[in-house]
Amino acid sequence: MFKLIENRPLVPNLHMLRVEAPEVARSVQPGQFVIVRVEEDGERIPLSVADWDSEQGTITLIYMTIGATTHRLSRLPAGDGLPTVAGPLGNAMEIDHFGSVVCVGGCYGIGSIYPIARALREIGNTVTIIIEARSSYLLYWQEKLKQVSDRLIVITRDGSGGLKGHIDNLPAIIERLPQRPQRVIANGCNFLMMRASEQTRPLAIPTIVSLNTLMIDGTGMCGVCRVTVDDTVKFACVDGPHFDGHKVDWAELNKRRQAYLREETIPLRSSAGTAEQ
Amino acid sequence: MAETAPKKLDLQRRPMPKQEPEVRSQNFDEVALGYTPELAMEEARRCLMCKRPQCVPHCPVEVDIPGFIHCIAEGDFSGGVRILKGKNALPSICGRVCPQEEQCEGSCVLAKRGGTIAIGRLERFLGDWASAQEQQSIDLPTPTGKRVAVIGGGPAGLTVAADLVQLGHEVVIYEALHKMGGVLVYGIPEFRLPKKTVETEVDYLRRLGVEMKPDYIVGKTRTIDSLLEEFDAVFVGAGAGLPWFSEMPGNNLNGVYSANEYLTRINLMKGFSFPKTITPVREHQRVAVIGGGNVAMDCARSALRLGARSTILYRRSRDELPARLEEVENAEEEGVEFSFLTLPTRCVGDDNGWVKGLECIRMELGEPDASGRRSPMPVEGSEYFLPFDAVIHAIGNSPNPLIPATTPDIEIGRKGNIVADEATGKTSKPRVWAGGDVVTGAATVILAMGAGRKAARSIHEYLSNPGSEW
Ligand SMILES: Cc1cc2nc3c(=O)[nH]c(=O)nc-3n(C[C@H](O)[C@H](O)[C@H](O)COP(=O)(O)OP(=O)(O)OC[C@H]3O[C@@H](n4cnc5c(N)ncnc54)[C@H](O)[C@@H]3O)c2cc1C
Ligand code: SF4
Ligand code: FES
Repeated sequence: MFKLIENRPLVPNLHMLRVEAPEVARSVQPGQFVIVRVEEDGERIPLSVADWDSEQGTITLIYMTIGATTHRLSRLPAGDGLPTVAGPLGNAMEIDHFGSVVCVGGCYGIGSIYPIARALREIGNTVTIIIEARSSYLLYWQEKLKQVSDRLIVITRDGSGGLKGHIDNLPAIIERLPQRPQRVIANGCNFLMMRASEQTRPLAIPTIVSLNTLMIDGTGMCGVCRVTVDDTVKFACVDGPHFDGHKVDWAELNKRRQAYLREETIPLRSSAGTAEQ
Repeated sequence: MAETAPKKLDLQRRPMPKQEPEVRSQNFDEVALGYTPELAMEEARRCLMCKRPQCVPHCPVEVDIPGFIHCIAEGDFSGGVRILKGKNALPSICGRVCPQEEQCEGSCVLAKRGGTIAIGRLERFLGDWASAQEQQSIDLPTPTGKRVAVIGGGPAGLTVAADLVQLGHEVVIYEALHKMGGVLVYGIPEFRLPKKTVETEVDYLRRLGVEMKPDYIVGKTRTIDSLLEEFDAVFVGAGAGLPWFSEMPGNNLNGVYSANEYLTRINLMKGFSFPKTITPVREHQRVAVIGGGNVAMDCARSALRLGARSTILYRRSRDELPARLEEVENAEEEGVEFSFLTLPTRCVGDDNGWVKGLECIRMELGEPDASGRRSPMPVEGSEYFLPFDAVIHAIGNSPNPLIPATTPDIEIGRKGNIVADEATGKTSKPRVWAGGDVVTGAATVILAMGAGRKAARSIHEYLSNPGSEW
C-alpha cells in the first residue's frame, strides 16, 4: 500500500494528492507520470507527477475529479493507502539549453508544468510560464511557479485575474516578450494543448505537448493509448507522452478520448448513490 | 487378482466433463470441469507404461509422464504430485493450456490407434488435487546468501523463481502490472484458465519464500544496472506484450482493439462485471476478430460471452488455423462464426469516430510455397463490406520493448527480442539471463517454463562457482 500523506481540494474540480512512493520519488524526472489504482479491482489511471521529494519519498499528483475513480480517490483521507502507484512511466521531457522557453499550463497542467519549468531554468534557460483558466479562483500554485520562472503570466477568460482572454492570445503575448522563445511546452487538457499548437504553428516555434490519452497498463502492452503523430501510430505511454504539437492528429485524439464517456458515468452514479446513504 | 493377466488394450479415452455449450457461452466460468478421482484412475490405467516412453522427450520440461500416471493408477496421488512437481512447478496451469496434441500426447504410442492417453487432463487433475489438500509445511534449504532478481511474473519468471528458491537462493520477482502471472492473468480468459488456479500456484511460491513486487517497472522504477548492484544475478522474463495491428487504414477508430487491450479489460480488470468493477467494456453487438490463433479464439469466445455476435476473420482456410483444434471446436460449438479466406483491408468509421464495419477482400489459396504452406492471394474485384461495431486485432505480439530500450548494453535481435543462449539463457550482459517470450517472441507457456528451468540451472551453477567466467 502506498500511504496518502495529504489529499485535499485545491480549487473546484482539482485535488492535490501527496503520496508515499519512495522508489518513484527517487527516479522520477520532469514530464513523467504514474499509474494509480484506488482500490482492488479498480481501474488503472495515469496521472502526471507534479512534484516530488526524493528524501521524504513522496510524490505530488494533481487530479481532476471527473470519473468514478477520481471521485473515489478524492474521498480517501490521509493515512489511507493506494494499492498501486506504479512508475515513473513515459519518457522524461527533453531538458536542454534552448535559450528562452515558454511553458503553458492549464487545469492539472498548471501543476505538471512546474517540474518542467524548474528543470529548464536550473540549467540556465529563460523561462516564461503562462497559466490559463476560466476564472482566477481556478488558479493555484502561483507562488511556486514564480520561483521557477523569470516571468509568470496569468490569463483568465473572465478577466478576474491577469490578462483577460484565452490561449488564442498566445501570439500577442509571445510578441511582447523580450526574446522570441525557441520552444513552447504545453501541459493540460487536450483542447488547451491543441489551441496552443495551432497558435505557434504560423510562428514556426517548436511546440511540445504532453498528451493525455486513455491508458491501461502504461507499459506498451495494450495499445489503447495510440495516437497518430506525423502520420505514424505511436503509443503515448512508451513513445511519449511528449510529442510535436504541430504533428499530432488532434481530431482523432479527441474522438479517442471520448470513447468511454458514456460508461464512465455509470459507476459514478452508482458510487455517488452509496456515498450519500 | 487380475495382476498377472495380460492387459487388454483400452482405447476409450475418458472424456472430461464440460459445461454444455448453450450454458457456457453465457458465462465466464471454466468450460472443462476436470476429472473426478475415479475417471482419472480409469484413464491412468489405460497407460501402457512403455519402457522407452515417446511422450517424455516431447515434453519441453521432460516430465516423467509414465511415472506420475502410474501413481494415479494406484491411487497414490501425493506420490504422483511429487514426481510431477519435480519437473513442472505449475501443473494445474500446464495441464490446461499446453498444446498437448503437438507435444506429449501427439507422440503417445496409442495416438496412431486413436486412443491417446489424456496426459494433460491427468496432469491437471493432480495439480488441482494438490492445491486442494491441506497445506503442508515446506522444508526450505539453508539459505545460500545469494540474491536473484527476476523481471516479469509470467510463466518464465515464476519457474526461475520456484527453482532457485528451492535451492536456497533469495528471489525477488518484479512485475510491472498489479498482479503476478503475466499472460496467464491478463490474456488467457477465465473460462479456459481460472485466475484462482494461477493465484494458488503463485501463493505456493510465496510460501516457498519468493518475494513479489508488483507495480514495479524495471527500466523505469529502477534499471537493471541498479538491480545488479544489489543482486548476484538477474533473470529477464518480460514476455512478448507489444501488440501488432494489421496494416490498414482506420485502426485508430474507437471500437478497434488489440487483443491485449480487449482481454486485459475483461480478465485483469474484470470488465465482465462492469459496472460493479469500473474498467468499462463496451457492449458490442457484432464483433470481428482478425486472426486465427489461440488468442483470436480467446477474444471471439469472450466477445460471445459478453453478448455479441462474434466472427473470426481469417485469410486462409480452416485447415490452416494455427489455433489448437480443441479451441476451434469449442468456439464453433459455442456459436462463434468463421469467415475464412477473408482479408480485411480497411476499418470504416461513422461521424463520431466509432468503427461501423470492415471492408474485406476474398482470398484464394495459391500453390504451396517452399515451407509447404499455401499462401493466400486476393481475388481481384471481390471487395465487400461487413458491418461490425468492434474489431479486435489478434495477429501477434512482439517482445516487450521496455527492457531493451532502457538497457543499452544488452544484445537485441532483429525482432526486438533479447538474444540469449538457448542452452543456458545467458545474455550478452554479464550476470543477466533471459528466457520465455522476450527471447523467442510469442510462443507457449511450457516453452517459457522450459527456458526458465534451463536459466535457473545455469544461474545456480554460476552462483555456486563465483569465480566462473561469463
Ligand atoms: C490470449 C493468449 C492466449 C494464449 N494461450 C496459450 C495457450 O493456450 N497455451 C500456451 O501454451 N500458450 C498460450 N499463450 C502464450 C503464452 O501465454 C506465453 O507464451 C507465455 O505466457 C510466455 O511467458 P513469459 O513468462 O515469457 O511472458 P509473459 O507471460 O508475457 O509475462 C511477462 C511478464 O513480464 C512483465 N514485464 C514486462 N516488462 C517488464 C518490466 N520492464 N518490468 C517488470 N515486469 C515486466 C509483464 O507485465 C508480464 O507480466 C497465449 C497467449 C495469449 C496472449
Ligand atoms: S507439461 Fe505439457 S507437454 Fe509436458 S507432460 Fe505436461 S501437458 Fe504434456
Ligand atoms: S497504456 Fe497500454 S500500451 Fe499504452
